[in-house]
Amino acid sequence: MLDADKHVLSILVENQPGVLSRISGLFSGRGFNIESLCVAVTTDPTVSRVTLVTKADQMIIEQIKKQLNKLINVIKVHELTGSPFVEREMVLIKVHAKPEHRAEILRTVDIFRCKVVDVGAEHYTIEVTGTEEKLDAILSLLKPIGIKEIARTGVIALFREPK
Amino acid sequence: MRSYNPTCNPNKRQLQKVLELIKAAERPVIFAGGGVILSKAPEELTKLAKRTQIPVTTTLMGLGAFPGTDPLWLGMIGMHGTYRANMSTAHCDLFLSVGVRFDDRVTGKTDTFASQAKIVHIDIDPTSIRKNIPVTVPVVGDCKCTLEELNRMLEGVDLGDLDKKRKPWLDQIQAWKDTKPLAYEQKDIIKPQYVVEKLYELTEGKAIITTEVGQNQMWAAQYYHFDKPNHFITSGGLGVMGFGLPAAIGAQLACPDHIVVDVAGDGSIQMNIQEMATAVQCNLPVKVVILNNGYLGMVRQWQQLFYDKRYACTCMEHAPDFVKLAEAYGASGFRATKPEEVESVLKKGLSTPGPVIMDFVVEKEECVYPMVPAGAPITEMLLV
Repeated sequence: MLDADKHVLSILVENQPGVLSRISGLFSGRGFNIESLCVAVTTDPTVSRVTLVTKADQMIIEQIKKQLNKLINVIKVHELTGSPFVEREMVLIKVHAKPEHRAEILRTVDIFRCKVVDVGAEHYTIEVTGTEEKLDAILSLLKPIGIKEIARTGVIALFREPK
Repeated sequence: MRSYNPTCNPNKRQLQKVLELIKAAERPVIFAGGGVILSKAPEELTKLAKRTQIPVTTTLMGLGAFPGTDPLWLGMIGMHGTYRANMSTAHCDLFLSVGVRFDDRVTGKTDTFASQAKIVHIDIDPTSIRKNIPVTVPVVGDCKCTLEELNRMLEGVDLGDLDKKRKPWLDQIQAWKDTKPLAYEQKDIIKPQYVVEKLYELTEGKAIITTEVGQNQMWAAQYYHFDKPNHFITSGGLGVMGFGLPAAIGAQLACPDHIVVDVAGDGSIQMNIQEMATAVQCNLPVKVVILNNGYLGMVRQWQQLFYDKRYACTCMEHAPDFVKLAEAYGASGFRATKPEEVESVLKKGLSTPGPVIMDFVVEKEECVYPMVPAGAPITEMLLV
């Protein structure tokens, strides 16, 4: 796609069955792609926050926002991209840990300020939290050692309040 | 509902821009759609058009939003629109669109659509704006609220000598109308257009017309002139064959004193013909006019024009006898096979109490013209 930039959308929706499928149905029906998607309830139990990352050019993202706003169960759509916001994502990485690699893995864990949450004879499972870039960086460092599998949460994000 | 807050009242600053464009325009066109009818704004639209002397075209769903007998009426736009409506759109310098969504049957090739014009788009649904066509001035708002406000702002505005200012443009439109009018030639086989035209005459344009989908729908749209909204009930975007008869039943229930006519084809009437039983059971005097050409005519027309007449799956040789079918349901049935019978069958059918099917055996390979091939600029019309 030409000029397809990454956009982070923060969407407040009714906490009801079927709402997520309306959103994902809108994306699939119109041929927009979802890069990542995170849903959980907010402090108001009737409202959930969907954090959605998509790639689109300017015209498409305008359509996506308008179409989302049109859904009855969508309360509010914010685009975070373009304003200051904090984003976090978590990944669990299960990495092959042969004796000769253990020290190097632990050094990397230390540098990235993450932690080992499970240890086995042949593996470590590491929990990393940070921006997407940080997660990509540690993954690329651990890749040569041998990653068994990973699970990523997808981005969650909030606006920065004015200081 | 906390999640549903449409913007009804338009932004005044945007409307001021619209006003300036109207003042400056030399070749303006108003383009109205079904949204005008849904928001009950035809009166405001008509007032705006007359005040500013701007000619009006509508979409299929917008028919009736502006009187079809008014001198400023251009006819329907688009794939089966009139020559003058499509040419006006291509040559106008201001395209004032209200309650429309610029679907492909209207725009044809989008790059060349109204390419000389500044486009204003008034719609309550922001997703419709800039979806298919770039717009100069977008106005989000309810059509009725917006047109009322625009009419208010126009009060006391000096538009100059409108008769003189509009003359060259309206003359040009008249010339387009004179050179390429909607036309057909009635010889020894009944022309479907003739049936619709006669229906228009005999009902004095006052009937509620529902349609099925296909050629019957387009001929009804072209040859029945709608002066009032909600008199043309048709399935536009969804394009549902079988829509006309149930719609006629609903319209008749809602308006027991109106003449309600379903203009149908022999193909599409069979999609929901079982509803004749409902009409008879509820004693609703709906009249069904079948333009019977023995084909799924619109698809056949595409096969004729774009696929070298390789007719596939469009021939309907074994349709039932619709007169007997009407009688089987306990309704009345009449048939016309010659042009001179058309008027008497229509008269008889319209004056017979209860549900009636009128079967008109029409020219088999008649096409709907003008026609813009799919994806072509709307100025490239195939004419008769």
